[in-house]
Amino acid sequence: MSQLLPLLVVVPLAVAALLAGLGHLLPRPVADAGAIATAAGCAVASGWLAVGTRDQRAAAWIGDWRPRHGESVGIALVADGWSVALVLLTAVVVAAGLVFSWRYLEETSATYHALTLVFLGSVSGFLLAGDLFDAFVWLELSGVAAYALAGMRVEEAESVHAALEFAVVNTLGGSCALVGVTLLYARTGELNLALVGQRLHAHPADPLVALAFALLLVGALVKAAVVPLHFWTADTEAAAPSPVCGLLSGAMVAMGGYAVARWWWVGFDGVLSRHLVEPLLVGLGALTALLGAVLCVQQRHIKRLLAYSTISHSGVALLGVGLLDEHGFGAAAAYLVGHACVKVPLFLASGVLLNRFGSVDAHDLAGRGRGLPATAAVFAFGGLGLAGIPALGLWWGKAALEHTLGVDHLSWLVAVVVAAGALTGGAVLAAAARVFLGRTAAGLMLAPAVVLLALGTAVAVVPWVGGYGADAAAVFTDRRGYVAAVLGGAAAPVRGYEPSPWTVSGLLLAALAVALAVLVAAWSLWGPRIRALVTVGHGLHRIHRAPMPEQVGWLLAGAGVIAVWLAR
Amino acid sequence: MIMHWLPYVAAAWIFLMGCYGLVTTRNLIHAIVCLGVAQSSTYVLLLGIGWTRGGTAPVYSDIGPHRRVADPVVQALTLTDVVVGAAVTALLLALTVQIATRLGTIDPGRLRSEEPE
Repeated sequence: MSQLLPLLVVVPLAVAALLAGLGHLLPRPVADAGAIATAAGCAVASGWLAVGTRDQRAAAWIGDWRPRHGESVGIALVADGWSVALVLLTAVVVAAGLVFSWRYLEETSATYHALTLVFLGSVSGFLLAGDLFDAFVWLELSGVAAYALAGMRVEEAESVHAALEFAVVNTLGGSCALVGVTLLYARTGELNLALVGQRLHAHPADPLVALAFALLLVGALVKAAVVPLHFWTADTEAAAPSPVCGLLSGAMVAMGGYAVARWWWVGFDGVLSRHLVEPLLVGLGALTALLGAVLCVQQRHIKRLLAYSTISHSGVALLGVGLLDEHGFGAAAAYLVGHACVKVPLFLASGVLLNRFGSVDAHDLAGRGRGLPATAAVFAFGGLGLAGIPALGLWWGKAALEHTLGVDHLSWLVAVVVAAGALTGGAVLAAAARVFLGRTAAGLMLAPAVVLLALGTAVAVVPWVGGYGADAAAVFTDRRGYVAAVLGGAAAPVRGYEPSPWTVSGLLLAALAVALAVLVAAWSLWGPRIRALVTVGHGLHRIHRAPMPEQVGWLLAGAGVIAVWLAR
Repeated sequence: MIMHWLPYVAAAWIFLMGCYGLVTTRNLIHAIVCLGVAQSSTYVLLLGIGWTRGGTAPVYSDIGPHRRVADPVVQALTLTDVVVGAAVTALLLALTVQIATRLGTIDPGRLRSEEPE
C-alpha cells in the first residue's frame, strides 16, 4: 500500500508535464478528458488508500533511503486517515473544477489543465510529506501553480493585479516558514518531521524553538487565510476564475489548517506549552470567524462574499485545531471537508452567473436569475449548508465541534460557530433571493456542483464516515505512533470515539443557526439600514481593498504578534 | 563569538530590509526585487548553519574521506530554494508586464484606482 504514496504525487505532475509539452498538439477535449481522468484516478487511489489507513499509517522512504543510526538524509512520505482523506478531497475538487471548465473556460489552452494538475500533485505532496523542507517546497509549488491560475486571464487587469498581491503575500509567508524550517534544522540537525519531533522532545524548549514554531505558523496561517494574514483572499477570489476559486477555498485553505495540526502534533506537542498555543490559535480562529462573517453581510459582489465566508469558516476550523485535542482536530478536519463540499459548488454556481450575465453583482442581477432553477437550488442549498443545516456538508464537523467545545468548557465559543454559520449562510441566502426571486440550463457546468453537494451530504450522514473521521483523528494526534511508523517500531493501535451528531443540543443549535441565517437574509433584503453598522461595514471593506504594501505590513504585524506571544 | 553570530544577524538584517522595502515600495519591480532580497536571507541563514570551522566543500573526488567538510545538506536546500525563488520572480515579473500594459502604471498604491470598479 505504501508503494502507492509516491504515485499520488508523481502521476499528476507527469501528466501535467505531458499536457504542458504536447498540449498544443492535442485537441482540447483530449486535454480535458486526460486531466479529468488523472484527477479521478488520484481520487480513486486515495480513496482506496483511505479505507486502508483508517486506523493506521503507511510510510514510504523514497528510493529506500531509510534512516541509519537515527540519522536520515532520505525523504519520507507518510499517510494517515486524514492526510489521505484531504488528498481525496483535493482530487475531487480538482476534478469538479475541470469538469466545470470544460465549457466554462473554452478559450484556454492545455496549460490550464497542466497548472491544475501541478496544483493537485503538489498539494498531495504537501499533505503526505514527512519532511519539513519537502513540505516547504510543495507549499511553494502549489502556491506558484495557484498564482498562475489566479492570474490566468491576462486581459483582466483586476485578475492579474489580484494574482500579484496573492503571490507576493504568500511568498513572503512561505519564506517565513522556510526560516522556521531552517532554525529547526539548526537545532536538531534533521529535516524529517518524526526525527525533529524526537530531538525536540529530548530538550526543554527555548525561545529559538518557539520562534521556529511561530514562523511555521505564519506560513501555514497565510494559506489558511487567518486574520491578519488573510488580506490576499478576498481580492484574489473576487477576481480569479470561479473553478480556481474553488481550488483555493476548498483545498489551499484546508492545507493551512492541516499544516498547523500536523506540525503541532508531531513536532511541538509536549515541547511548547499548550497554555500558550491554545489561546493563540483559538483566539485567532474566533476573530477570523467573526470578521469574515461580518464582512459577508452587505456584500454585493457574490464571489467576494464567498471569499469572506471562506475566511470565516477557515477561522472556525482553526478554532477546532486550536483546541489541541483529538476531538477538536477531528471536528476541524470534518468541517474543512464539509466546507469544501459546500463552498466549491457555490463558486461554480457563481461562475454560471458570470458566464450567463457577465456580472456577479447581486444588485445588478436582481431578478435576472429566474430562468436558472438549478443554479438557484445550488445557491439555496449552499446558503443553508454554510449555516449548518443538518445532513448537509458542514453539519458533521459543526456538530462535532460544538460538542467538543461543550466538553472543553468553552461553551461560549459555540456562539462564535453559530454566528459564523448564520451570518455567512444568511448572506448567501440573501444574495440568492435577490438574484433568483427578486421583483420579477447549464447542465454540464452545474453537474459537478450538484455532485459535490450530494457528496457533502453523504459525508455528513453516513455513520461509517463519522467513525472513520474519529479513528483517523485519534491516529493523527498520536505522536508516538507517527514516529514508530516512520522510523520503525511498534505502535499501540488507537481507536477514536465519535459522538453522534444527532443529539438534541446539536439539532437545536443547527435549527438556531439556520433560523438566524434566514433572519439575516430577510434583514439584509427588507430590514432597515442601521447607519452605524453600514459605516463599520464599509470601513472594514475598505481596509480589505488595501494595496499590496499595506497587506505585507499586516502580514508582518501578525507575524510579530504571533512571535511575541509564543516567546513569552 | 562575533563571527559565530554574524551570519544570523546578517540574515535577520537582510530579511527585515527586504520587508521594509516591500512595505514602503512605490514600484512593482522594486517590490519584486525586495521580495527577492527577503528570500535571499534564507540562503545566508542556511549557509551559516552548514558552515564548519576548518571545513572545506563536501566534494570527495579530490579530498580524503576524513577531511572535515561543510554540511552538504544545506547547499542542496539553498539550491532548491533558489529555484523556487526564480520561479516566483519570473511569474511576478510576467504579471507586472501585464499590469503595466493594462493599467499603465506599476505603482501599487495607484493600481486600484485605475481599475474599472
